Amino acid sequence: MRLSWWKILCVVLLLIVSTAGFLGGVPAKPILNETIRNLYFHVAMWFGMMIFFGVSVVNSVRYLRTGNMRYDTYAVEYANSGILFGLLGLVTGMIWANYTWGKAWSNDPKQIGAVIAILIYFAYQVLRNSMIDIDKRARIGAVYNIFAFAMLFPTIWIIPRLVESLHPGGMGNPALNTNDIDARMRMLFYPAAVPGWTLLGVWITSLRIRLKLLEEQKLNNA
Amino acid sequence: MKYILALFKKDLLLEFRHQYTFYGIVLYVASTIFVLYLAMGQPESQVWNGLFWMIQLFVCVNAVAKSFLQESRGRLLYFYSIAGSRDFILSKLLFNALLMALLSIVGWLLFSLLLGNPVQNGWRFMGVAVFGGFGLSLVFTFLSAIAARAQQNAALMAILGFPLIIPQLLLMMKLSNTAFSSVFQESLTQIVLLLAGLDFLVIVLAVILFPFLWKD
Repeated sequence: MRLSWWKILCVVLLLIVSTAGFLGGVPAKPILNETIRNLYFHVAMWFGMMIFFGVSVVNSVRYLRTGNMRYDTYAVEYANSGILFGLLGLVTGMIWANYTWGKAWSNDPKQIGAVIAILIYFAYQVLRNSMIDIDKRARIGAVYNIFAFAMLFPTIWIIPRLVESLHPGGMGNPALNTNDIDARMRMLFYPAAVPGWTLLGVWITSLRIRLKLLEEQKLNNA
Repeated sequence: MKYILALFKKDLLLEFRHQYTFYGIVLYVASTIFVLYLAMGQPESQVWNGLFWMIQLFVCVNAVAKSFLQESRGRLLYFYSIAGSRDFILSKLLFNALLMALLSIVGWLLFSLLLGNPVQNGWRFMGVAVFGGFGLSLVFTFLSAIAARAQQNAALMAILGFPLIIPQLLLMMKLSNTAFSSVFQESLTQIVLLLAGLDFLVIVLAVILFPFLWKD
């Protein structure tokens, strides 16, 4: 394995998360009860999604500045991983909501924001695939990626603070209410769950990038 | 600045000479609202508000789509050589913003004529409608530039734009909802500032990113 230390770290962290996450102590909260353990999975997915979309947009900017096709591949593949994590976050959230809020979908502003984000990145893929010319596809895709990111993220960070939400921490931190989780959970969430899942995503993405670069190389040599 | 105004004037002149496009859009507005009237009669204020913004959205897609799709390749090259790409996009943004502001007022008049007028605070609603139309037109102008470069039609613009515009649209509905009662809410200024900030962001992004769309 190439650069194996962080891959080993990723596996170890995820093993810790999936054992300690289910066995470790959690605060007993009304309604939430044991479902609070989903924090390690559901919330970590959103951290991963935002990081990947962020990395994708950084690579789009780098592509526009340098014109190096490699960055375009990075941007696309990180956007794909962002979509994957977004979908997983949505599904884990809907399962969670089914037990705590009574139904899977309740038009919560954050649920809407998540769907919007996923729709935007699907549109990004449609836009890219509608063009045949590689250079043009990369350039216009990058422009849309930057534009969409800049339009999307302020709104999904700001709007949930303005409107009521079923999610915890409605007035203030849009992701989670830091008072709901205690030190035990925090010890598992920030140092293990978030980096563990993010590293897994980076791993998946790097494999896909390498595959794609190899494919391109093969096409160029053929 | 000189170029922006010259290009803006050219768009305006074209609009005056080919008035059929403008009247075409007005007719589009009128016939959709008429169909709505036949389907809904005179709905209550919540529904009225929702329908109004949906119509605004579709009118905007149709009105703005042609701004880049109508220009032929040769003509674009000509504009590009006599004026910078930044002047070009700014003049387009300005023109479409004015067009959409006008269409918002037309839409509101037709809505109140056919679907009844539940609006209590007319001036505030008109302000929100024009402001909202302005924001919609900015986003869709830039997207129409992208769609035009991808050699696609207005359908792609809708795919690209609808998810992007949902947050703004929700905020504008919230804002215009307040015009249905005479109560003033404090959070209004916050939303107005947020929307104005977004509009500003779109303009800045358009100016920065547009040159990359034109490089060939």
